[in-house]
Amino acid sequence: MIRFEPDRSQYPQPGDDGKLEIDLETGKYLKLWHGPNHPGITGNMSVELTLCGDEVVEGKVHVGYLHRGFEKLMERRTFIQVFPIVCRVCVPEPDFNEWCYAQAVEELAGIEAPEMAQWTRTLILEMGRFNSYMMAMGGIGGALGMGVIGQWMTYVRDLMLDRFEEMTGARIYHMFILPGGVRGHLPEGFAGRMEEVLATAERYLADVDKAMFTNAVFKARTKGVGVIDPALFEPYGVTGPNARAGGVAKDLRKDAPYLVYDQLDFEVVTETASDIWARAMVRRRDIDVSIALIRQILAKMPKDGPVMAKLPNVLHWKIPRGETYVAGESSRGEYGYYLVTDGSGYPRRVNVRGPSYTHAMALLEHLIPGTNIADVAALMVSLHTYPPEIER
Amino acid sequence: MGNLRDVLSPFTAWKHLIETPVTIRNPIGREAADGYRGFHQNDIEKCIGCGSCEVICQNAAIDMVPVSAPVDGDSGLRPKIDYGRCCWCALCVDVCMTGSLTMSNEYTWVDADPDAFRFIPGVDPKPWDDMEKGYRREGARVLTGAERVEMGELPPEARIDNFDEIVVGYTREQAMIEADRCVECGLCVATCPAHMDIPDYIAAIREGDYDLGLQILYETNPFSEVCGRVCTHKCETACAARHEGDPIAIRWLKRHIVDNVSEDRRLEIVGTPQALPTGRKVAIVGAGPAGLTAAYDLARQGHAVTVYEAQDKPGGMMRYGIPEYRLPYDALDRDIAVIAAQGVTIKTGVRIGREIAMDKLRGEFDAVVLSIGLHIGRSTRIPGTEGPGVEAAIDLLARITAGEEVPVPERVVVIGGGNVAMDIARSMARLQKRKHGAVGVTVTALEDFAHFLADREEIEESFDEGIEIVDARGPQEVVRYKSGKRKGAVKGLRTWAVTSIFDGQGRFAPQYDQGDERLHPADMVVEAIGQAADVSILGEDLTEALEWTRGRLAVDPAGRSSEPWLWAAGDAVHGPDVITAVADGHRVAASVGAMLMAMGEVAR
Repeated sequence: MIRFEPDRSQYPQPGDDGKLEIDLETGKYLKLWHGPNHPGITGNMSVELTLCGDEVVEGKVHVGYLHRGFEKLMERRTFIQVFPIVCRVCVPEPDFNEWCYAQAVEELAGIEAPEMAQWTRTLILEMGRFNSYMMAMGGIGGALGMGVIGQWMTYVRDLMLDRFEEMTGARIYHMFILPGGVRGHLPEGFAGRMEEVLATAERYLADVDKAMFTNAVFKARTKGVGVIDPALFEPYGVTGPNARAGGVAKDLRKDAPYLVYDQLDFEVVTETASDIWARAMVRRRDIDVSIALIRQILAKMPKDGPVMAKLPNVLHWKIPRGETYVAGESSRGEYGYYLVTDGSGYPRRVNVRGPSYTHAMALLEHLIPGTNIADVAALMVSLHTYPPEIER
Repeated sequence: MGNLRDVLSPFTAWKHLIETPVTIRNPIGREAADGYRGFHQNDIEKCIGCGSCEVICQNAAIDMVPVSAPVDGDSGLRPKIDYGRCCWCALCVDVCMTGSLTMSNEYTWVDADPDAFRFIPGVDPKPWDDMEKGYRREGARVLTGAERVEMGELPPEARIDNFDEIVVGYTREQAMIEADRCVECGLCVATCPAHMDIPDYIAAIREGDYDLGLQILYETNPFSEVCGRVCTHKCETACAARHEGDPIAIRWLKRHIVDNVSEDRRLEIVGTPQALPTGRKVAIVGAGPAGLTAAYDLARQGHAVTVYEAQDKPGGMMRYGIPEYRLPYDALDRDIAVIAAQGVTIKTGVRIGREIAMDKLRGEFDAVVLSIGLHIGRSTRIPGTEGPGVEAAIDLLARITAGEEVPVPERVVVIGGGNVAMDIARSMARLQKRKHGAVGVTVTALEDFAHFLADREEIEESFDEGIEIVDARGPQEVVRYKSGKRKGAVKGLRTWAVTSIFDGQGRFAPQYDQGDERLHPADMVVEAIGQAADVSILGEDLTEALEWTRGRLAVDPAGRSSEPWLWAAGDAVHGPDVITAVADGHRVAASVGAMLMAMGEVAR
């Protein structure tokens, strides 16, 4: 592969404090805002790039465009009123918030959701993961100029949203996982219609394999680009597919099984190169795992049974003093809710641990210097980050 | 470097060029899934305006707005929803106490006017009002409790030969669970004649703050021991929880509070009058719930109150009408002790009109409150009621309370279907069990079981105790032995089946099926068909001077009679129960107090 090697002596040098000395007055540097209105940015955030030629010498992540103060809002809502808010912390994969919150409340209130609810929750989380990966696939294709991948994936995601719609009564914010259980049973004939969606998805994914993963341009632009040194995983809090692409076989579904994952059969997907390609590939293969899991769940789950545990009157529900941290493996990595209760009817503190917080801020700022301006979008998308969970 | 395959493979994507596009060309009109959470529907007849939807909405998208006049159990308010705020979470549907609020699966609606997206579902007509698809709450209501915590009772065999209290009261754990079910809608407050702050004292139970609970009780009712046991609990018939479950056991929760505050502590919490003595004097005739409530209020305003009671002990119908197994006398005494501690003088055994004339009261006091209750039993006046062996229920009950000897034959027939009929039937059953070892009581009521006047639990408990209740029977004659050794003694009650009680205009005009005649054998017949006030105590001149309506003393809404110094309260003017009398007592006390304040303090 031919790569342009710039004359690095022209680049700014670190000063005594280790920070780069960038003097814009020299005319050697250009400030460029990548986002918030840029198709290559994931969601509503921006990266302030300092360029020297077409190489990025510094990138600063700016967030705040989406800040709605979720965590503070939650402190001013009763325990049941928090339920419709949490899903909004993450648009593309909202269900993780619902489950984490519900599970945390259940733990502190001493409630156990019935078995039927546990299976339904697992099904929802896998459907959500599938959808989230659809966006990641489309995004990585789009960031590298392959818009059609995004169109295909959006279509497949829409089919899954149809299943969400008939199951939960909503397409995006499902609000189906309630503290105490889930809101209802699967509709009649759901498994059959789900199978149709999965079959269509597999057909389109096969096309993705041909058009994107078996593609000289895609390979040239992703292999060896945006490599994350596995030594950074721990200090930078890298989890999920981003870490698995670097050979770390960590997956909370396996390592700390929650819901009914211990009753399901699946392998943890890993790659070794830790570059954009490897991260895209881990996600691509994890979609297959999700599809297999959805099939397994629908085959194994109980056909009937209660979906809700008996709750106290939610209008004045008080939860004893306590704290808990509930985490699960979302499509982007470890997703967790830290909930503190003080015996009142309101959460004392809710802290959302979104994997994007570390991935899109510290890690991205670390990875950007030295990349080519054209690769920034692909690098960003390969980290698969969602800004709302940074700004909760 | 990629190989040739990596170059050619992407071109396979071109095959999609010949596929049918997957885009939905016109999304307007696309039908959503069956269970979709679309625009709300509200069954306006079913909705009671409890406002639980408004409370649970975390976006404050719901306002309760008046659409009709409030009635018992319906606030007349209906939810108005702002779709600029609604997040379609459907918690309002899940929490709805009647199941009236649902969601259609309509999610597209075009209107150029932004204000159109704020409307009252069910009142402002919308195309999706009758849509059957959409979000419905699955299963029984899960967000608030539906089932009442069962109240422990003495089993029938343990209670039938004595007058021990039947209801054992809630434990703290039980009360906590029951109190938790309340949604604090306040429909009960509006319905309660005394407008007790029910949701607030239930909240105090949840907090375990019984002192606060007691304080709240005393703000509106000095008879919580009594009302916690025998209240007719209209509040529970208005309770939002009754629509999809059992109403909150408001009466038992009230009793639970007083059960948990000792008598001494009660006096500390309620305290004594803070107002300085005004020097004004009020006489109250009759120490029943209305009179004593008025006495409590007036004493706390600083007036000197004297209550005259004809019977040996205060309490009126609460003591002499309600059997001890429903309301133990010591419970009543505890309520009265707090009232007496306010400086109220209660003179028992003094019958106004005999020992002291009304004129004398008028001369000695600034105001007189008449709260004499209904202590004369009415008679059916059917043939055979004159003579021995026919008793008035109210007399018998009073004599049982006073510890007097009452006739206890082996077979008793009671005429009447109200709570007094049940009280005397069950009291007689206990006495029979003691004396004869067996219960032989038959209750004959005009009403059928579907329209029975007595409380449902009274009927059930009566059955448990072995009492026979025959519904829809009209009494025709008390049959007496015409000859033999028992000549003149009661033989039984002859009844006809009732076909209807009221005529087309709603007037009382019972119709009978004369072909269906029965003789209920009895040695004694007890009439429990209603009572009257003993207004003879007023004396001829005063009776002449006062205004009357249909045999009752006419009073204005504040309880004042046509004589400016005389007020009347309680069963004698309003009726029919303790809590109404308490409310009446408050009303009269406010009116009397206002007049006394206008008169000013007495110079000292």
